[in-house]
Amino acid sequence: MDTIQYLDDQGRPLRDLPLSPEELLQGYRALRRARHFDERVLVLQRQGRLGVYPPFRGQEAAQVGVALCLRPDYDWLLPSYRESAAALTFGMPISKLILSWRADPAGWGAPPNVNMVQFYIPIATQIPQAAGVAHAQRLMGKDAVVAVFIGDGGTSEGDFHEGLNFAAVFNAPLLVVVQNNGWAISVPTHKQMKVQRIAQKAQGYGIPGVTVDGNDLVAVWSVAREAVNRARAGGGPTLIEALTYRVAPHTSSDDPSRYRSEEETERWLKRDPILRMKNCLLHLGLWSEDQEAALSEALEAEFLAAVEEADQAPEPKPWEIVEQVYQEMQPDQQAAWQYLRGEA
Amino acid sequence: MPTMTLIQAINAALDEEMKRDERVMLLGEDVGRRGGVFLATEGLQQKYGPDRVMDTPLSEAAIIGAAVGLAAHGMRPVAEIQFADYVFPGIDQLFSQAAKLRYRSGGQFSAPMVVRMPTGGGVKGGHHHSQSPEAHFAHTAGLKVIVVSTPYDAKGLLKAAIRDDDPVVFMEPKRLYRAVKEEVPTDEFLLPIGKAAVRRQGRDITLVSYGGSMVETLKAAEEMVAAGLEPEVIDLRTVMPWDKETVLSSAAKTGRLLVISEAPRTASIASEVAATVSEELFDQLLAPPLRVTGFDTPYPLAQDKLYMPTVTRILNAAKRLLDY
Ligand SMILES: Cc1ncc(C[n+]2csc(CCOP(=O)(O)OP(=O)(O)O)c2C)c(N)n1
Ligand SMILES: [Mg+2]
Repeated sequence: MDTIQYLDDQGRPLRDLPLSPEELLQGYRALRRARHFDERVLVLQRQGRLGVYPPFRGQEAAQVGVALCLRPDYDWLLPSYRESAAALTFGMPISKLILSWRADPAGWGAPPNVNMVQFYIPIATQIPQAAGVAHAQRLMGKDAVVAVFIGDGGTSEGDFHEGLNFAAVFNAPLLVVVQNNGWAISVPTHKQMKVQRIAQKAQGYGIPGVTVDGNDLVAVWSVAREAVNRARAGGGPTLIEALTYRVAPHTSSDDPSRYRSEEETERWLKRDPILRMKNCLLHLGLWSEDQEAALSEALEAEFLAAVEEADQAPEPKPWEIVEQVYQEMQPDQQAAWQYLRGEA
Repeated sequence: MPTMTLIQAINAALDEEMKRDERVMLLGEDVGRRGGVFLATEGLQQKYGPDRVMDTPLSEAAIIGAAVGLAAHGMRPVAEIQFADYVFPGIDQLFSQAAKLRYRSGGQFSAPMVVRMPTGGGVKGGHHHSQSPEAHFAHTAGLKVIVVSTPYDAKGLLKAAIRDDDPVVFMEPKRLYRAVKEEVPTDEFLLPIGKAAVRRQGRDITLVSYGGSMVETLKAAEEMVAAGLEPEVIDLRTVMPWDKETVLSSAAKTGRLLVISEAPRTASIASEVAATVSEELFDQLLAPPLRVTGFDTPYPLAQDKLYMPTVTRILNAAKRLLDY
């Protein structure tokens, strides 16, 4: 199986690019915005102003390229914990994301114009649900499309297979994006499965499967766009494998030196999706260092404003821990609620 | 005698049992190369090789299901589920198969296996890293369920669980992994499954708890002692089958029962203990048994401290019992 690629490892176009200059610029800005977010929240994490955080460094293109093909107020996104970059690009406000990784209930739920479900933590549970969300769009007479993310490790769970088969049988308008980042915590992909390419698994469900260079934004975007168009037109689900690499620890509490050497990481750092895209723009004469500097400044200003907004979120009230369990509070929650309010 | 943390005691128990019996093997996510995310199995793959310490694919159904098959065919598998919260994809294998294999095969097969898992809250893990699902397991006949609170118990009970001929769920309060330290013998010892430990003798009130909540229970007991009371404190250690004899004789002596557990309240182990004591000792009790538990809600994210039974909540409930 070939890996779809538009940029070489240095970012030089290998052939005509299927994106307009405006799209290329939009894509690069979105990549930089994601990287800036990841770097800055890790600083907050180290300062004790965030909970455990799963970084996505090096995986920006695989997420941004998909999110850019979707309509946030019409299509749906179901991300796993790894996909803060997809969420951000899809329109989740930075302040919400910070609160969410701060484990603050104010970070739960999305604004009305951002059709995203809160990050999924139990692995692969999102896949059958995404099949249901996608099928619901059709039942409601919409041509909306659903994108769901999972990791290489997640493909070993029953829910992955069951959800994909369900989506395939009912021709659900779904993109299942597997970020094959080489590792499931300490288990490398080649020990997780025997197939060479995760995209091969699509054959087992009778749906198209594509492997794309996940560090090549142009390739991810164009592959995802094709899958979105097919799904919207009633052509059913697609399995997309984005080949990338987790250059960072699994989470802010992981220590990769316990299970891997960083030689391979060094190799992948040279194929950094952002460097490649920048070189592409420079090569095409679409970008300058002045623009780069201005972008950095704008991103930092945006981030600082978002932190300030997040910091102003009100302290959660004790009794809120038993709210939102049912539509109407049931007697056991009612009793706990009164107790927590100091009324019982 | 060396002092050990809870996690070191677990590692030592696994090591000793693997050394003693070639059939003992470990399987789970990240248990080999990395030694587990909490390092419970650290060093064991290096020592015993990848056949006896298997880094499995990311599938709890396959981990528990394969363990059933391995156990039924001569091995003594110890499966690790990375967090108790992630046992659910493997529940069909655990409830429908491991728990019923002996029964449905008329005794031809059994599943002598252990499923270990970090459990409970107190580490700011939120809904999906903090749950205490022991009542689900206890509700399924065929499984034994252990929840430890000390390094000594962890070693003695894990070794006993590995040698037991039935499937045992072995739950390890993750907030205690490195929080408690005590002397643990390096010589061979086993502790009986199903036997509680009386942590403190007293005659005014019986406090029954287990697992992570033992910490707050013992602190509350100290405060009661400081206030001139004599509480009896029982650590159940095994919640299925639980030690009715020890609890009933204590409650009969004190006449007052308080059960403390961070698991949600409804249909809990705490409820089971309180109900049994009410049934058996109704006319000897000086007050109706009370429970101090987690709330009936998903485990909250940021507000760990609110969810768990605190010393104050325990003392308030004890006061209600004593003032009754
Ligand atoms: C059902 C379930 N089992 C185990 C875990 C613990 N866990 C969290 S992340 C992870 C590895 C996931 O690897 P992969 O799917 O490749 O995604 P990545 O973290 O690389 O993005 C594991 C085992 C979990 N969250 N859910
Ligand atoms: Mg991975």
